[in-house]
Amino acid sequence: MSWLQTLRVAVRALTRNKLRSFLTTLGMVIGVSAVIAMVAIGDGAKARVEAAFAAMGSNMLIVLPGTSTSGGAMGGFGSMPTLTWDDLKAIQTEVPTVRAAAAQLRSSAQVMSEDQNWTTSVFGTTPEYFQIRTWPAAHGELFSQSDVDGGTKVAVIGQTVADKLFGPSSNPVGQVVRVKNIPFVVTGVLAKKGQSQWGQDYDDIVIVPVSTFQQKIQGGLKNVIAGSIAVSATGADTTARAETQIRGLLRDRHRLAQGADDDFSIRNLSEIASAQQEGTRTLTTLLAAIAAVSLLVGGIGIMNIMLVSVTERTREIGLRMAVGAKPSDIRLQFLVEALALAVMGGLIGVALGLAGAWRLATSFGWEVLYRPDVVAIAVVFSGLVGVVFGLYPAHKASQLDPIQALRFE
Amino acid sequence: MRQPPLVVLDNVVKTYVMGDVEVHALRGVSLSVQQGEFTAIMGASGSGKSTLMNIVGCLDKPTSGRYLLDGQEVSQLSTDKLAEVRNRTIGFVFQSFNLLSRTDALENVELPLLYAGVGTAERHRRASESLAKVGLADRLHHHPNQMSGGQQQRVAIARALVSQPRVILADEPTGNLDSRTSVEVMSLFQELGRAGITVVLVTHEPDIAQYASRVVVMRDGKVLSDTTQAPRAAVLPPPQAGKEEEAAR
Repeated sequence: MSWLQTLRVAVRALTRNKLRSFLTTLGMVIGVSAVIAMVAIGDGAKARVEAAFAAMGSNMLIVLPGTSTSGGAMGGFGSMPTLTWDDLKAIQTEVPTVRAAAAQLRSSAQVMSEDQNWTTSVFGTTPEYFQIRTWPAAHGELFSQSDVDGGTKVAVIGQTVADKLFGPSSNPVGQVVRVKNIPFVVTGVLAKKGQSQWGQDYDDIVIVPVSTFQQKIQGGLKNVIAGSIAVSATGADTTARAETQIRGLLRDRHRLAQGADDDFSIRNLSEIASAQQEGTRTLTTLLAAIAAVSLLVGGIGIMNIMLVSVTERTREIGLRMAVGAKPSDIRLQFLVEALALAVMGGLIGVALGLAGAWRLATSFGWEVLYRPDVVAIAVVFSGLVGVVFGLYPAHKASQLDPIQALRFE
Repeated sequence: MRQPPLVVLDNVVKTYVMGDVEVHALRGVSLSVQQGEFTAIMGASGSGKSTLMNIVGCLDKPTSGRYLLDGQEVSQLSTDKLAEVRNRTIGFVFQSFNLLSRTDALENVELPLLYAGVGTAERHRRASESLAKVGLADRLHHHPNQMSGGQQQRVAIARALVSQPRVILADEPTGNLDSRTSVEVMSLFQELGRAGITVVLVTHEPDIAQYASRVVVMRDGKVLSDTTQAPRAAVLPPPQAGKEEEAAR
């Protein structure tokens, strides 16, 4: 008998008892739909975390200067400027796993347009910074290395600052902002980045060339960096190596003896990201466990009803054997029925799961992510459950003696 | 003898072991049936006629002895091979019809062809032909529960005929039918015999056995008597006249 015929007979047998077939698949439906919905929501959450870290910068490390100690009071990171411009140059040129590095000097300052004012963070940095943070301009242009070399009074502003000073939907490119009463020409507005994990607004920022920053906004020593160094590693897998290499380089340069404490510190932001992802992974494992249990329950339900079906249809089996069905034909028949039940349950489950995830997403504003591979795995897996749990009833049916089966009442 | 017999049983013994008791269902049965013969096997219950039927029908294997069906030794074939033999050379008719419920006549009749791997169009054609042969050409899409007992048994006969078997085995085919429809079914079997199909009928009703051309009586697992007779013509009693009556002549 052909596969198609077998399937047809199976579908007929299942539709003969529609309610029973439906109730049998319910276990699979619930299991699969729960998994699909949870994975969609879980992946959505994971994607949001990942997007947040991507906004922070890709594969980013931050090198902070060391602490100062005066009379036993520790000053905290950055209280003593130990990083020099030569250190930065060394990081840029001597560490192979570093893609880019930029100094970031920060000051809080009041900025003014012609008729508005706003207090924000003013950053002094170099063009590499935009590369590290993967931060393009939405309007106009970013400043260039020649602006840094020449110490020109140009500024790139964040979207929030643009809105506050010039009003929404205006184009501030070419306009003048005053920082500490010094006029800067706006060359560009940065693309919107949104909020950080901790609610800090990335777009509330004014960025100027580091040379101009040092001359006009915040004085200080010329050869040390009164801020931190942002570093971007060549890839996600090299951040840890980059961290070690930078640490080695700086300890060398600062001539720190073996065993002495670092006079700087390095923060690996991708480590924080992976810690967050670890959390989601635990959640995913938990979901998988729930899925396995519900599929097991669904499978047992299918096995149960298939055994009932074999008993009910003993005479039919006997007849089929009498007219020429081989044991293998009968086995395949019942196996296909179990498979059809399970896959049907899986498909309904997928539909319900996707609908449920969509419903939750719209009513709670959660982000969901639909993954076709998860859908495919769910369907294949439910089919597998059908085969595994259909095997015993099908085998039992195939081993019936046609004489006894035909006499069965 | 015109040609070698279709069914040859040679000293067939069947012993069932039930727990530690041995049941001797057949104690050495030798029997040969010619093609086109209409044989009735009679006997009280426990006489071994059902066992004989199961062995002839390749549903069971003899404990010892030989069974040649159409020249082929089938007594020791594998389960799968026996299924093939049943599919190709044997048609079964049962007392309780054994039609698939909620399945129309056409599909019921198609069932053996399904396992023979016959294509859809060919299956439909042959099943329709077979149903026409038993006078049910206008009932192709009726379900068993929409048909009378006689009609259901005729569907079953059509199913037995569809694979063009050499032997039709009928186990108490009239057991669930009234006397009028019994005659109908018997006339159909007589017609088949004339068409060269061998019919082996198991019954305990002497009335029914009269329609056969040969009566084998079993007792205690042995053949008690084996007589050839002039079969009684299956004439339908009035008021029903028509096709069946004509065919029976």
